[in-house]
Amino acid sequence: MSFAPYKTLLEVLREDLGHTGTKHGCELGECGACAVLLDGKPVLSCLVLALECGGSEVLTVEGLGEDGKLHPLQDAFADLGAAQCGYCTPAILVTAKALLDHNPHPTRDQIREAISGNLCRCTGYLQIFEAVEAAMLKIAEQKNSGA
Amino acid sequence: MPNEKDSRTMPAGALKADGDGLRVIGVPRRRVDARAKVTGQTRFADDIFLPRMAHCKLLRSPHPHARIRKIDTKRAAAHPGVYLVLTGKDVPIHYGILPVSQDEQALCVDRVRHVGDPVAAVIAREELTAFEALDLIEVDYEILATISDPEEALATPEPRIHEYGEQGNIHKFVALEFGNVEEGFAEADEIFEDTFFFQGNTHLPIEQHAAVATKDPDGKLTIWSSTQTPHYVHRALAKVLEMPGAHIRVIATPNGGGFGGKSDPFHHEIVVAKAALMLDRPVKICLTREEVFYCHRGRHPVLMKFKTGVKKDGAITGMHLQTLIDGGAYGSYGVASTFYAGALQTTTYHIPRYRYQGCRTFTNKPPCGPKRGHGTPQPRFGQEVQLDKIAEKLKIDPADLRLRIVESPNALTANFFRLGTVNLAECIRRVVKVSGWKEKFHKLPESRGLGLACSAYLTGAGLPIYRNKMPHSGVQLKFDRSGGVSLFCGATEIGQGSDDVLAGIVAEVLGIDTFDIRLFTGDTDLGPVDLGSYSSRVTLMAGNAALQAAERGKAIIAGAVAEKLEVPKERLRFAGKRIFDSAAPEKGVTFQEAVCLAEARFGTIGTVGSYTPPKSPALYKGGGVGPSPTYSYSAAVVEVEVNQVTGWVTVPRIWIAHDIGRALNPTLARGQVEGSVYMGLGEALMEEQEFRRLPKRLSHALVHKYPSILEYKSPTSLDMPEVITELIEEPDPRGPFGAKEVGQGPLLPIMPAVANAVYDAIGVRIDEIPVTPEKIMKALAEKKAGREPRFGPTHFPDIHWPEALRVPPPWEGGDGNAVNDVPRREKLRREKEKVLAP
Repeated sequence: MSFAPYKTLLEVLREDLGHTGTKHGCELGECGACAVLLDGKPVLSCLVLALECGGSEVLTVEGLGEDGKLHPLQDAFADLGAAQCGYCTPAILVTAKALLDHNPHPTRDQIREAISGNLCRCTGYLQIFEAVEAAMLKIAEQKNSGA
Repeated sequence: MPNEKDSRTMPAGALKADGDGLRVIGVPRRRVDARAKVTGQTRFADDIFLPRMAHCKLLRSPHPHARIRKIDTKRAAAHPGVYLVLTGKDVPIHYGILPVSQDEQALCVDRVRHVGDPVAAVIAREELTAFEALDLIEVDYEILATISDPEEALATPEPRIHEYGEQGNIHKFVALEFGNVEEGFAEADEIFEDTFFFQGNTHLPIEQHAAVATKDPDGKLTIWSSTQTPHYVHRALAKVLEMPGAHIRVIATPNGGGFGGKSDPFHHEIVVAKAALMLDRPVKICLTREEVFYCHRGRHPVLMKFKTGVKKDGAITGMHLQTLIDGGAYGSYGVASTFYAGALQTTTYHIPRYRYQGCRTFTNKPPCGPKRGHGTPQPRFGQEVQLDKIAEKLKIDPADLRLRIVESPNALTANFFRLGTVNLAECIRRVVKVSGWKEKFHKLPESRGLGLACSAYLTGAGLPIYRNKMPHSGVQLKFDRSGGVSLFCGATEIGQGSDDVLAGIVAEVLGIDTFDIRLFTGDTDLGPVDLGSYSSRVTLMAGNAALQAAERGKAIIAGAVAEKLEVPKERLRFAGKRIFDSAAPEKGVTFQEAVCLAEARFGTIGTVGSYTPPKSPALYKGGGVGPSPTYSYSAAVVEVEVNQVTGWVTVPRIWIAHDIGRALNPTLARGQVEGSVYMGLGEALMEEQEFRRLPKRLSHALVHKYPSILEYKSPTSLDMPEVITELIEEPDPRGPFGAKEVGQGPLLPIMPAVANAVYDAIGVRIDEIPVTPEKIMKALAEKKAGREPRFGPTHFPDIHWPEALRVPPPWEGGDGNAVNDVPRREKLRREKEKVLAP
């Protein structure tokens, strides 16, 4: 693909690729709404030039589910009230995925720490913590049953 | 049907609310729009990309107050890629959310009134081009003196920021007296006089405001916007664009957070609409975060003075409240905010005599407006902290004191607000119990403490923003042969779950699943009017309208099924996507078959429902702000730990009980409570919208101190305490299935409870919000020096108040009118004569 060289990863995702699932709240690296996974690590896509991402794997909310099914994090967020307006949700989902990939059994404090760069003005975070914990159990269960 | 008569005497949804067997209502469940949100497919305004779409940027004033001598746009217009440059003369007509404050222009014509006031717009092929071209516009400003705060506004009548208002830079005076307050003070055993200050703060929705406008193929206008009030945007566009409203369609996209900040019609909406019409192509704008700070409409900074008389047992004999309110540069909702600041004091505790004097001034700062709790959190803070001081002086436990004086259910207050169910006492008892208040209050080790506070809030404003007798909310249902139901309503989803509320109510009545319902909401063309997502009105008002429409649909379907099954209509039950004989459940049809039967029997099936609030007994001028069909109540206990070396406040735990009537979806209700607690805690400890003057040599202009998310501190996941939420459910007959509001009320007690807890922990009073480490250290220094251990304002300025409207309270034989409002009495008399004339 081609895009203007000055564009951020956020702009290329949203404007050139039509992946509008990734949001923006400041475009200055302050709110965390634009987080995506770059080679498995959360980055603020508004602070990364798309040019720098050649050869890297970028995961956005659009790539979370598999085979038309929601990721356990998505299911848990939907069921447990972790998404209210839903604007910060895509970034928190991918950030939580990075956490669980790296540490399958995080404590509440580790969850707090992991998403502390993602501001949410609606929920007060508690239902988000609970949803991450529910997804953690679900993923562990799936692993144990060999699914 | 709920609304054909006074809904206080005609219970609406509660007809069946106390029966068991509800399958949707009251059951924690996935909200209808959850899948869209967790897959990133919710289409917010900035996610809309249309073919040939151009981009708009606004040039904003760098000066807080200046006359515009000249704007030269020639170079910008000639810049490659620029399609159009607009200035104020292209959209000169004034508008504003309230009919009494039509003081805004989409682009300033001859005067800018705050840093960030827009003066020109560039529309270009690329956003970056539009941005570059802003620099090519030359504006010649004549700098004017700036007014930074209300006291300066009182002392500086000239230059006037606006040519309207009470006088000088005073925008609005309110003076109301319900009973003889001086007599009340004479009866009192103790009189308390306290001044408080509540700093302004902003909504900070994570989504920046955005809008896309397009000229439809038939020449009409469609605009998508992140607005909480599409109906009012619709009206403002019709006015400013001088177009028939019937040719304008406003679609409120789901808001990425609103909290009141997207409730005004905004400059950028009008500008992109105008540009789309002129260019005949779609035009988009997305504000930067800095611009969102300039749009503001957030919490008004309020200086307030409470004088309260009490008997030894805690009974209040009279209260006098004065407020001085910093309105910022425009009217916005400010007149309503000024009334609200004095409205709800009487709804929690019995106050037999009450006087309110409020004064809102203009200042050269972004306009203040409605933020969650609209106008009421500031005085609620003062009232609840003062009650804490009263309790201490009277040697009564603060919880017990409040329990003695709580207002009664269905009471008519001194200012003629009719209350609904009132479970404030139960809220207090519950938080006292679950927090271990009796074991902990005054008994925790040094530096740790507990504080308690209460509040009430509207379940929807009882009067519309513009005077009319039409319903406040309407719902249309279309029943499809597939068994699906389509719901059309103007209600706006701002994250609070309004779509789910409507789907839940309809699904419950019809015995179907919420996911069988397709919702078309927030669209002025598709759905009947709903006034908007403000004042916690949607659950009760749109909910009652949905209930009525669903009940009407159910009656039609039941008629057809009863004929087919040869069963009396009354015996039919709607549940599990079936309609069946309750006496013989196996005898029945599926919901889809039932719709087909009904359509064959009666023709196409569609129903409507609407809701109009009951008429308020508050007939005096200004009595239109504060009445509500019913009120929610909350009580909170906050635990704090204060570091006396740094002044840092840690909040490990908050217990909150909320009188909700009924939780329609408990998952969402809890989320609203926790979200309110979170936002209240931010206001209590850190959030403030502050301004500073540049040095004299650099123009001495007044600029925003923190127009960025990084510097405007808000709580992160690391700051959020454990929250123990108790929902008190006594269905209120005025709400659908008994529901009252939950989105705003639980925010209100948090700020005073934090301040009260700090006092319990370290013995200093912080009579100012936010309670920052700096203020705590100053108060501790005072304490150490043996002076009054307090930080807060020490005076309230002398204001030449107008004569108060005197309204005798109900117990003094008042009829809701002011006895000294001669012009209004005359007007009402003439109107009455006109009605009675043959």
